[in-house]
Amino acid sequence: MAEVTEQQTDQRHGSVYRVAGALTITRAATTQREIDALSDPVTIDLSDIDRMDTVGAWLVYRTVRDRGAKVIGASRDEVSLLQQVEEFDKPTRVTPDEPHNFLAVLRELGEWVAEMGSTLVGLLGFFGATLIAFANVIRRPKKFRVNAVVQRFDVVGVRALGIIGLMSFLIGIVIAQQGAVQLAQFGAEVYTINLIGRITIRELGVLMTAIMVAGRSGSAFAAQIGTMKITEEIDAMRTIGVSPVEALVLPRLMAAVLMMPLLAFWAMLTALLGGGIFVWLDLQIPPLTYIQRLQEVTPLTDLWIALIKAPVFGFIIALAGCFQGMLVQGNSEEVGSRTTTAVVQSIFLVIVLDAIFAVFFSSIGWV
Amino acid sequence: MNAPKDCQPIIEVRGLRNAFGEQVIHDDLDLMVCRGEILGVVGGSGTGKSVLLRSIIGLQTPEQGQIDVLGENMVGRSEDEAKNIRRRWGILFQNGALFSTLTVAENVEVPIREYFPFIKPPLLDEIASYKIAMGGLPPDAGPKYPSELSGGMVKRAGLARALALDPELLFLDEPTAGLDPIAAAAFDELIKSLQRRLDLTVFLITHDLDTLHAICDRVAVLADKKVIAVGTIPELLALDHPWIQEYFNGPRGRTAAQSYEEGATA
Repeated sequence: MAEVTEQQTDQRHGSVYRVAGALTITRAATTQREIDALSDPVTIDLSDIDRMDTVGAWLVYRTVRDRGAKVIGASRDEVSLLQQVEEFDKPTRVTPDEPHNFLAVLRELGEWVAEMGSTLVGLLGFFGATLIAFANVIRRPKKFRVNAVVQRFDVVGVRALGIIGLMSFLIGIVIAQQGAVQLAQFGAEVYTINLIGRITIRELGVLMTAIMVAGRSGSAFAAQIGTMKITEEIDAMRTIGVSPVEALVLPRLMAAVLMMPLLAFWAMLTALLGGGIFVWLDLQIPPLTYIQRLQEVTPLTDLWIALIKAPVFGFIIALAGCFQGMLVQGNSEEVGSRTTTAVVQSIFLVIVLDAIFAVFFSSIGWV
Repeated sequence: MNAPKDCQPIIEVRGLRNAFGEQVIHDDLDLMVCRGEILGVVGGSGTGKSVLLRSIIGLQTPEQGQIDVLGENMVGRSEDEAKNIRRRWGILFQNGALFSTLTVAENVEVPIREYFPFIKPPLLDEIASYKIAMGGLPPDAGPKYPSELSGGMVKRAGLARALALDPELLFLDEPTAGLDPIAAAAFDELIKSLQRRLDLTVFLITHDLDTLHAICDRVAVLADKKVIAVGTIPELLALDHPWIQEYFNGPRGRTAAQSYEEGATA
C-alpha cells in the first residue's frame, strides 16, 4: 500500500484533498474519515489516482453532493465512473420502519391472540376434515390405502422400537437409582419396586413415548406434508381428484393411533427391565421377587389408563403434525418453523391432556 | 476456434475431470475466459454446466485438472488463501440464493461487512442503496425480505449482492431462467450495460438463446464431457457438430437469431 494522502488547509481557499494510488473500498473507512475532517470548501485532487472503484467514486461524489466540493485532475474514466455513481443515486430505503412503542407491542399481542384463536379453529376444522375422510373411507373401503398405512406403521412403529426401548430402559434405571437413594433414608428400599412399577406403567412409559413419537414422527409428518405443499404436490393431488386428507393425513393418523399403545407397552416393558436389573444388582432383589412384587403393587387399572391415553396422544401428535404441514405456504423456511410448531404444539397438548387424564382417572377411583 | 489473439486469460481450466462415483461429468475439459468478455456456456441438461461453475468457484473439488482464476490456482487452496480471490468475483446463483433472514439491503451488505468490517453503518447503507439502484431494483426494495420479492427482483437483488465488492469477474448461473421475456430482455440489457461500465468479465451459464445472441461475445458449448467448441455464434454455426446445429438451427434457435438480426438492422 504505497498510498500517500495529502491534506492542505488554508484559511482562505479551504482544503485540498489529494490521494495517490488506489481510491477503493479497501480504504473506504479511512478516506471517509479524512474527508469528513476537512474544512470547507473542499477540493479533491484525483490526478495521482491510478485506480478507483465505485465505492471510491461514491465517496468523492457524496462530498461533491453534500458539501459542494470541487473535483480536479479526474481522468476520463474517473469522470465516467463519477457520472455512473451519480446516476444510481436514487432515494432508496434501506431499513424497514419499525415503530417500537406501546401500540406496536399491543398490536403484536393482539395479532398473536388472533393467530392462536385461528389456529385452534383451524385445528378443529382439520379434525372435522379427517373425520369426514374417515367416514368416506368406511363407506367405500376400497379407497382405503393399505400400502400407505402399512408403510407408516413401519416408519412410526417398528423403526422407533430401538430408540424408544433404549430410552425407556435408561429411564427405568434412573427411576430405580434415584428412588433407591431417597427411600434408603427411611430404610424402605423395597418400595423402589412400587415406585418403578406404578410410575412407568401409569405415567412415564406412555408420556416419554409420546414425546419421542412427537419428536420423531410428528415433526416428520409436518416436514413431509409441508414440503409436498411447497412443491405443489398437494395441489396436483387435488386437481387429479385425490383427497390429500385421505391419501396423506389418514394413514399417518392411523399409524400414530395404532402404534402409540404398542410403543408405550414396549416402553413400559423395557423400563421395568432396566429398573429390575438395577434393583437386582444394587439392592440384591432377585428378578423373581421383583416380578412377584410388581404384580402385587401395580393394579391392572394402571395399565388400562396408559393404554387408553396412548392412542389419544398418538392422535393429537399426528393431527398437530399433519395440520402444521398443511399450513405451510410460500418458502422453505416455513417448513422449518411449522415443524417446530408442530412438535411444540403436540407435546404441549399431550401434557395438558395427561394432566386432565390424571385428575379424571383418580376421581373415578382408579388410583 | 481458439481464444482470440489478444486474450488475457481470467479463467483458465485445463484437463478438468469431475465424477460422482461411476458417473463421469467432465473428462479432460479445457476452457479459457478472456478479460472483458461475456462468455456464454451452453449445453444440454446434465452436461455439467453448473458443476463446471462450482468447480471454478471452488465449491466442488475436481478429481483432476488445473483451474486458474485471476491468475491464481484454485484447486486445493485453503479457505484463507481462497478468500483473497473470492473477494474479486461476484456470483449470481440460479435461484438468487439470497439469505432469507436478511433484507435485500442487508444481503448486499454481507460481503462488504465480511471483508471491510471498519466501514461504518451509514456509509454501508449508502453503498448498499446505490448497489440496489445499480441492480435495477425500485427504491422501496431495500427493506424487503426475499420472500416478498418476485422472481425477477430476486435475481436483481442477487446481482446487486454479486456487485457489492466491485468484482472484476461475474459468474451468472442461468440469470434469465424463470423470467418472463420482457424481464429477461431487461436483465440482459442490465448485464450488458454493467459489463461495459464496470469493465467486467462475465461467465454466463444459460439456456436462453436470446441472451446468447444479445449479449455474449463468445459461446462455449459443453457436450461429451468436454467443451467441444468455443467461439462467436457464426463461428459455431460453421461447425458440423450435430448438437450445435440442432441447438442453433432448431426452430427456437432460428427464431432467436432472426429477431436478433431484425433488431440489429432496425
